[in-house]
Amino acid sequence: MRLEPRTEAARSVWAIAPLVAVVASFVIAALLALLGGASPFAVFAAVIKGAAGTQFAFLETLTRATPLIFTGLAAAVAFRAKLWNIGGEAQLYAGAIMAIVLGTGALPLPAPILIPMIMAAAMLAGALLLLGPTFLKTRFGVDEVVTTLLLNFVMVLFVSMLLDGALKDPMGLGWPQSKKVIAEAQLPKLIQGKRLHLGFLIAIGAALLVWFINARTTFGYEMRAVGFNPRAARFAGIPVNRVMAKTALLSGGLAALAGVSEVAGLKGNLTLDLSPGFGYTGIVVAMLAMLHPIGVIAAAIFVAAMFVGADAMSRTVGVPNYIANVMVATALLTMVTAMLFTRFRLKWR
Amino acid sequence: MDALGIVFEASLWAAAIRIASPLIFATLGELICERAGVLNLGIEGIMTVGAFAGWVSVYNGADLWTGVAVAALAGAAFGVLHGFLTVPLGLSQHVTGIGITLLATSLTYYAYRIAFPSVTSPPKIETFAPFAIPGLSQIPILGDALFNQTPLTYLAFISVIAVAYVLHRTPIGLAVRTVGENPAAVEAQGIDVTLLRIGAVAVGSAFMALGGAFLTMSAFNSFYFDMVNGRGWICIALVVFGSWRPGKALLGAILFAAFDAYQLRLQQLAGAYLPYQVFLMLPYILSILALIAMSRRAGYPRALMIPYRKGER
Repeated sequence: MRLEPRTEAARSVWAIAPLVAVVASFVIAALLALLGGASPFAVFAAVIKGAAGTQFAFLETLTRATPLIFTGLAAAVAFRAKLWNIGGEAQLYAGAIMAIVLGTGALPLPAPILIPMIMAAAMLAGALLLLGPTFLKTRFGVDEVVTTLLLNFVMVLFVSMLLDGALKDPMGLGWPQSKKVIAEAQLPKLIQGKRLHLGFLIAIGAALLVWFINARTTFGYEMRAVGFNPRAARFAGIPVNRVMAKTALLSGGLAALAGVSEVAGLKGNLTLDLSPGFGYTGIVVAMLAMLHPIGVIAAAIFVAAMFVGADAMSRTVGVPNYIANVMVATALLTMVTAMLFTRFRLKWR
Repeated sequence: MDALGIVFEASLWAAAIRIASPLIFATLGELICERAGVLNLGIEGIMTVGAFAGWVSVYNGADLWTGVAVAALAGAAFGVLHGFLTVPLGLSQHVTGIGITLLATSLTYYAYRIAFPSVTSPPKIETFAPFAIPGLSQIPILGDALFNQTPLTYLAFISVIAVAYVLHRTPIGLAVRTVGENPAAVEAQGIDVTLLRIGAVAVGSAFMALGGAFLTMSAFNSFYFDMVNGRGWICIALVVFGSWRPGKALLGAILFAAFDAYQLRLQQLAGAYLPYQVFLMLPYILSILALIAMSRRAGYPRALMIPYRKGER
C-alpha cells in the first residue's frame, strides 16, 4: 500500500471529505454512547432536537456559532499562509478586554460611533498580539505554534489579574467579573427577546470580506503563494515576511472580534469563563471548512450544533456533554485524512 | 527570609525536583519523537490521558506500578495514532498534533464523567510515598532534594540516563537519530522508515503519559480537569532549550522547575506588592524567552516535520 501523487486535484474528494468527517464523528459518538450505557439513537435524537428541534434551539445554535465563525476565520486566514496561529483564545480575550475598557462608560458616544470604535480597537489589540509571535517566527525562526499556545495561558492570567484589579466590578460582590458594557456599546438583538445578536451578521459579513480578499485581491493571492511555497514566493518577488505580518494582523483581528461579539452581544461583561475554548475550536472549524471562508460559516454552525445539542442531550439522556468535544476532534482528524486524498491516491501494491 | 535566602533553602530544591519530574518524563518523550523527525503536539492531551489512566487503574484496585504501566500503554496508543497519521500518511504534524490533544483530552474527560457521574469532591488514591535512599538522603540540602523523593522521580532520572544511552550508544538509537536527519540514509540501510518513526513516536508518547501519571500518582492524589495546564507546551520549549539532548533537557527541566518553585515562594514574600497572576505568568513567559534565546543556536533535526515518501526527492 502506498500513496501516489495525483496530477490533478480531485474535485470529487473535495466534496466528499466533509461528509466522511461528519459520519466518522457520529460513528465514534455512537460507540461512546453505548459505552455510557445509552442508546446511540436516543443520544443522536436528543442532540439533533437540542440543536435544531425548536426555534429556540436553532437560534441558540446560531448564537453559539457566532464566535466560532470569527475564530474559524482567524485560523483559516492564517493557516492558508501556513502561519500556525493557535493563539485564537488569547486574541479573543484581547478583543474582549478592549470592549470592556472602551465600552463601560469611558467613551460616552452614540452606538453607531462607539461600536465601530470598539471593534477597531479590539482588532488592533488582537492583531498586535499575533504580530509578536509572527515577528519571532520570521526574524528568529521561533516556532509560532508554541509561542501562541503559551501566550494563551499568559493572557488568561492577565485577564484574571485585570478582573481582580483595574477592571473589577465594584458592585460584583467580590466575583472576578467586570462591569457591564453601557447600552450604547451593546450589539442589538436580531429578534426581540431572543439571544441572537448583530454579531452573527457581522460574522457573516467578515466571512464574505475574507472570501473577497482571498479570491479577488493581490494580498489574497500572496497569502496563498506564501502558504504554498514560501521560497518560490520569494523568488517571484513577493515580500514573504511582510505578507506574513499582514496575515497575522488580519487573523489576530478576526479572533479579537469573537471577544467583542461575546461581550457586547451576549454576556455584557467579561469573566474568566467567557470562552470555553472558542479559540481552539476555531481551528477545527477552519479545517472542516477546508480553510474556505464561506465554508467556515457552515462548519461553525455544525460544530455549534454539536455543542448546543450535546448540552441539551446531557440534561435529558444523561450522557456527558464531552461527547461533543470528542466528535469535533474526530471530525478534525478524519477531515485532514480525507483531504489527503485530494492530492494523493492509494495504490494497493 | 529574603529573596536571595530562599535559593539556599533545602525545601526549594526538593520542590524543584518534584516539579521537574513530570516535565522530565514529557520532555524526554517529546525529544524522542522529534529526534525521529516527528513533532508531537499531542503531548498536552497524551499527558492528560496518562494522568487519568494511571489514576483510574489504581482507584479500581490495581497496584501503583500496574497503574504506571497502564498509563504508558494508553500514551503509546495515542502515539501510534499520531504516528500513523503523520508518518505513512504524512499529514501536517501541527494540525494532527492539535487534533490528538483535543481528542485525547475530550476522551479522557468523557471517560471521567462516565466513571464518576456525580462526584462533588474528586475521589482520592493512595499515591507513591517518598522513599529516602539510606545514606545519600543524609547529605545536606542535596540529599533531601535528590534522594528523598517518590520512586517515580527516581524513575524519571533513570529514564534520562537510559534514553541518553540508547540514543547515543546503541544501533537503534543511531537509527532513530538518523531518521530524523536523513531518512533516505536509513532506508538505504534496509530499515523501514515508517515503522521506526511510528515506534519512536509510540515510545515518546509513553514517556509523555508517564509525565501525566506523575501528577495524579505522586504530586497529587486525584484527577482534576485542566490539571496538565500547559505543561506539555512548556516541555516542547524545553526540548528546544535542551538542544534535543537528554542531559541538557534534564538540566533545562530542573532549572525551569527551580524557577517555578522560587516564584511560588517569592509570591508569599512579594505577594503584597504584585498580583499573584504575575508570578503564575512567569513560567510561560520564561519558556518563550528560552525559545528566543536558543533560536540562533537551535540545531533542529533536519528532517523534523518533513514527511518521508519512498522514492520522492
